[in-house]
Amino acid sequence: MDPRGRLGKWPVYRQLTGRDQLGRGTAARSPGTEAAAPRTESADRVVSSICPYCAVGCGQLVYVARRDGTDAVTQIEGDPDSPVSRGRLCPKGAASKQLVTHPGRQTTVLYRRPYAAEWEPLSLDRAMDMIADRVVAAREQTWQETWQGKRVARTMGFASLGGATLDNEENYLIKKLWTAMGAIQIENQARI
Amino acid sequence: MKHQASVASRLYGRLDDVSGEAGYAEHPPRVGFFTDTSVCIGCKACEVACKEWNALPDPDAGVLKLSGESYDNTSALGASSWRHVAFIEQGPLDAGAPAAGGLSPADVLGPALAGLASPDSVAPATRWLMASDVCKHCTHAACLDVCPTGALVRTEFGTVIVQSDVCNGCAYCVSACPFGVIDRREDDGRAWKCTMCYDRLRGGMEPACAKACPTDSIQFGPLDELRVTAAARVQELHASGVTDARLYGADPDDGIGGAGAFFLLLDEPEVYGLPPNPVVTTKDLPAMWKWAGGAAALLVAGVAAAFAGRRP
Amino acid sequence: MNSDCIVIAGSNMAECHPVAFQWVVEAKRRGATIIHVDPRFTRTSALADLHVPNRVGGDVVFLGALINHVLSGGHEFREYVTAYTNAADILPEEYVDAEDGAGLFSGYDPATRSYDNATWRPTGERDLTLSHPRCVFQVLKRHFARYTPERVQRACGISPQDFSRIAATLVSCSGRERTTAWVYAVGWTQHTTGVQHIRTAAILQLLLGNMGRPGGGILALRGHASIQGSTDIPTLFDLLPGYLPMPRPDDVSLERYLTRIPDTGFWGNKRSYLVSLLKAWFGDAATAENDFCFGALPRISGDHGTYRTVLDMIEGKIKGYFLWGQNPAVGSAGARLQRLAMAKLSWLVVRDLTVIESAAFWKNSPEIATGELRTDQIGTEVFFIPAASHVEKGGTFTNTQRMLQWHHKALDPPADARSDLWFAYHLGKRIRARLAGSTAARDRGLLNLTWEYPESGEEAEPAAEAVLQEVNGRGPDGRLLSGFAELKGDGSTACGCWIYSGCFAGGVNQTARRRPHTEQSWVAPEWGWAWPANRRILYNRASADPAGRPWSEAKAYVWWDAEAGQWTGHDVPDFERGKPPDFVPEPGAAGPAALGGADPFIMQRDGKGALFVSAGLADGPLPTHYEPAESPLVNALYKQDDSPVAKSYPDHPATHNQLGGAAVYPFVVTTYRLTEHHTAGGMSRTLSRLAELQPELFCEVSPSLAALRGLENGGWATIITARAAIEARVLVTRRVRPLRIPGEGVIHQIGLPYHWGSEGMVTGDTVNDLLPFVVDPNVFIQESKVATCDVKPGRRPRGPALTDLVMRYRREAGLEEDR
Repeated sequence: MDPRGRLGKWPVYRQLTGRDQLGRGTAARSPGTEAAAPRTESADRVVSSICPYCAVGCGQLVYVARRDGTDAVTQIEGDPDSPVSRGRLCPKGAASKQLVTHPGRQTTVLYRRPYAAEWEPLSLDRAMDMIADRVVAAREQTWQETWQGKRVARTMGFASLGGATLDNEENYLIKKLWTAMGAIQIENQARI
Repeated sequence: MKHQASVASRLYGRLDDVSGEAGYAEHPPRVGFFTDTSVCIGCKACEVACKEWNALPDPDAGVLKLSGESYDNTSALGASSWRHVAFIEQGPLDAGAPAAGGLSPADVLGPALAGLASPDSVAPATRWLMASDVCKHCTHAACLDVCPTGALVRTEFGTVIVQSDVCNGCAYCVSACPFGVIDRREDDGRAWKCTMCYDRLRGGMEPACAKACPTDSIQFGPLDELRVTAAARVQELHASGVTDARLYGADPDDGIGGAGAFFLLLDEPEVYGLPPNPVVTTKDLPAMWKWAGGAAALLVAGVAAAFAGRRP
Repeated sequence: MNSDCIVIAGSNMAECHPVAFQWVVEAKRRGATIIHVDPRFTRTSALADLHVPNRVGGDVVFLGALINHVLSGGHEFREYVTAYTNAADILPEEYVDAEDGAGLFSGYDPATRSYDNATWRPTGERDLTLSHPRCVFQVLKRHFARYTPERVQRACGISPQDFSRIAATLVSCSGRERTTAWVYAVGWTQHTTGVQHIRTAAILQLLLGNMGRPGGGILALRGHASIQGSTDIPTLFDLLPGYLPMPRPDDVSLERYLTRIPDTGFWGNKRSYLVSLLKAWFGDAATAENDFCFGALPRISGDHGTYRTVLDMIEGKIKGYFLWGQNPAVGSAGARLQRLAMAKLSWLVVRDLTVIESAAFWKNSPEIATGELRTDQIGTEVFFIPAASHVEKGGTFTNTQRMLQWHHKALDPPADARSDLWFAYHLGKRIRARLAGSTAARDRGLLNLTWEYPESGEEAEPAAEAVLQEVNGRGPDGRLLSGFAELKGDGSTACGCWIYSGCFAGGVNQTARRRPHTEQSWVAPEWGWAWPANRRILYNRASADPAGRPWSEAKAYVWWDAEAGQWTGHDVPDFERGKPPDFVPEPGAAGPAALGGADPFIMQRDGKGALFVSAGLADGPLPTHYEPAESPLVNALYKQDDSPVAKSYPDHPATHNQLGGAAVYPFVVTTYRLTEHHTAGGMSRTLSRLAELQPELFCEVSPSLAALRGLENGGWATIITARAAIEARVLVTRRVRPLRIPGEGVIHQIGLPYHWGSEGMVTGDTVNDLLPFVVDPNVFIQESKVATCDVKPGRRPRGPALTDLVMRYRREAGLEEDR
């Protein structure tokens, strides 16, 4: 009889014929157990990243798998090579896959009209145009060339408050653009 | 012949090769967890890393309530919580500023005063004990011994896992566990518990909780080595004045034949919600078998029926 | 890890920076003593050798008394202090210390609530014996003489025994052979005297010789992935990249502007930093003839900080507001005012991963429930633009050790989600397109702006690497610069942030280096890139004695190699590599050449560690204890009770912002974070894994306060301040201890983690509603660590009755009615 056949998969048969006579080990192993392997092995790529929560800057490895034509993050865990974190993560860092994949994430633009009771959808392109129009108008309406007789060349018509999960490159473009627009009310979590 | 050992010794007492006993001729060394609670900061990274890796189900958002038990809102190990950090607050209630007194050179803090155990300690001895509990992966695992379907199995690593593709939800294991670890999930009825990340072990990776643990409170490795590490750590703590340090589950001669996941505690086990002298609940099974010999055959038949019943 | 003693104060390191805490655990195993000073016994205290509970707001007294202990006992590291600090500087006769001014320094103007620092400037003479009565060292001694252990007990509730233990431990763990590190976080900064807390610690560490040395220093633990980066490349109103100040109205020319920055030390190269920045921004349009477009920069004229701005919103002065991953409706003090302000905007843009409270305020804010706001009367137009997560974009975070680490893009963001880089870049493009052809003077800077970055993919994502290259800087031939030493003030170099210059040295993204720590030295210089010049410990010249030898073998770090004629060691020396220890500058020299070979603090104009700060601080040259804006105690040290220069906006018509009376609000409330959550909750209350771990807002109270007010563990409590009333579950815990203050009685402190709001998986009242708008005068950080409150059992009233409750208390406290 072929022990790999159907009977061979029957645990009691394996128990009675094999080394695991109490049926608590090899004789009882199921197909699921035999096939067990870490899902990280089936990732299509592993990308080096940094945890987005606090400023310790723990190294992360992001495992990405392509399924049905779409990339998906299948695991995020600590990068053991990091001299900062040595592969370890706190509960927030350990939850960062969920930060990326959780169903509560809002991935499309929402728009609320003045005095409206509900959100409505809006295309990203239209939203960008509307925001650009409003910035240009606010700047024009509130431009201050002088203050107490001195030249200040600024607008105080719109403000910016950034979180400290912005990349340096992002902060750089924000500061550069705001300053060139003459906008000075620009602040960050760094001072909160 | 090794495999002809008496049934009694297979269910109780010292057993040096659990994997061999379970039929693995060739197998890696037995692995385990050494959870050193003296460096646990109660961050719960272990709980989260475990749930994320094992894709454990979400709680129902509507029922999330503060437990009122210190910072512990997980409350217990369960079908969907395979790591649980206990928080125990100790010390005088509202200890105020101490009475005035002189200072001696010994008042300069040093390692010898670590833990504030010394009698001339000025600050009141408030302690906040934290400990990450987990399945003990017992040498003699009652859950495994009572499982009628072969759903519970000893792995080549010496760990004990539930095979969810076999389990039929009979729950014999639930009442058998001396630690109250294994638990049935309400929705699917099957039993679940820590697998020591069996899939990761097969890929040469360490379990998710041990990897995440920021302070290395959860250490993973070959059990023999962990026991040596743990004994040295106890000595180190004793030498630095932390005389409360003791190991739990490290003794291969204890009532479960030693745990695959053992602990360094700073107080009595009961304080952490652990049984002081756990004994495998199937210790007396052989005697029961003698008394009711036919039951075994019946059990085999039952296993066959249960197994066949899962087939499509 | 190299410390012999680590004092954590104003930080809950194990809870808020758990992974960094592994190094503290490791230091402890090597024999270091860990001390935690904190009002509550926290997860950090649990692993410390000693936890000392203190009253929030008493830190200057505690730290000042440690300074007094060092000075009066002669425990200072004399050789270090004499050579490396400004202890020998002699002050002018006109200088009046707070000691002799009832808590005020010379130069105070009560009308403007500000100082003129003219009398604080040293005379230029030095006394290396440190015995001249007007030398900094002697002034310091006198200033801190009244900071005694007894006063520590009165102001902080710390017993003389605990104090002496800490003091003796610090002294024994400092010197040639040993070093002590201090660790702080926002427990020190979020006060009206925040900057002075760090100043006091700096004085102490300089006196003990613990700066610039391995295992020493003062470590700021910053709470967000790039909060360090957000000040280096500041999205802040008063700074340009690299800590250059924003121009002011008087800065009529570049030349005039530069006079505000020191001529000596490394700031002496200021022209090259600024001109290179202007070249990076305005490109070919920036020429020597037009002052490199310096005139295109707007001028600031005072406080334009976030709290001032929010008050301006309430007055209807501001039309639009951009929030980039920030949630002021929960995370900023006076959160009620934040929401009222947003209701007055014409438009609001929120960029985030989820619909946070600040995006949904018009629908779900508590003011809708009280009737103060009505959705159909809120005219604010709101745009929610979804953001990309950290794995959906490439870029750098700067961590708390000033290290830039590149995170690679792993996959595209979903649907409309985009990086903030994309948003800023494309918004800029559209604005510039709308203004193309404009001849208005105000548009010239915007149109001259260098705003061309390579785009890729369907979404036209701008290349973050190209932005980082601009930040790094380029020479006239387009070559990427190797560091800020190459910068020129003639317009031949362009560099977006001088302190980051070198992050792309050799054309290689240095921030993306990932050499495993197991394959390099313990300093790990080949992982990421730390500013400046990849130095891991700042001012590390001080790790060697004046002659350039390590102070001890145990603490060797950087030293002078006479044979090679250069500085060497484990780290990149934070010093000119070839400048010998005995170098004496030429009289009148400028820039780095003005500093001697034994002047390690190279960013200071004199190269000395500043025990006494003669310029740059709004609240005095030496730290002085002032009570918090709201406090149950009067100042135990001076007649001047609270900070004479703190900003509180009392003239503003915003409701509820006044400070409360102690009799009606008898308890102290302090706010903080938990391991399981992240700030305002947008990145944690939305995740099931974290939400379930801390599902509800709670207050931590001592058993005796619980008994006093009838609070039950697990039940509800209502906490009331002069601003608001909120409800929270009660955790009765022995980890919070009432402080017995001799002659004053008992101080009860209540702890509140502040993560909750109305959105997300788990919701709760917003703790920041309780706090006032009162800020530090130097950096405009709010005092959110301490206020006064009352607490009652049970849930808070619903609807307008909630406002009534707050008003009833205000009337009782004698505060003004709502306007």
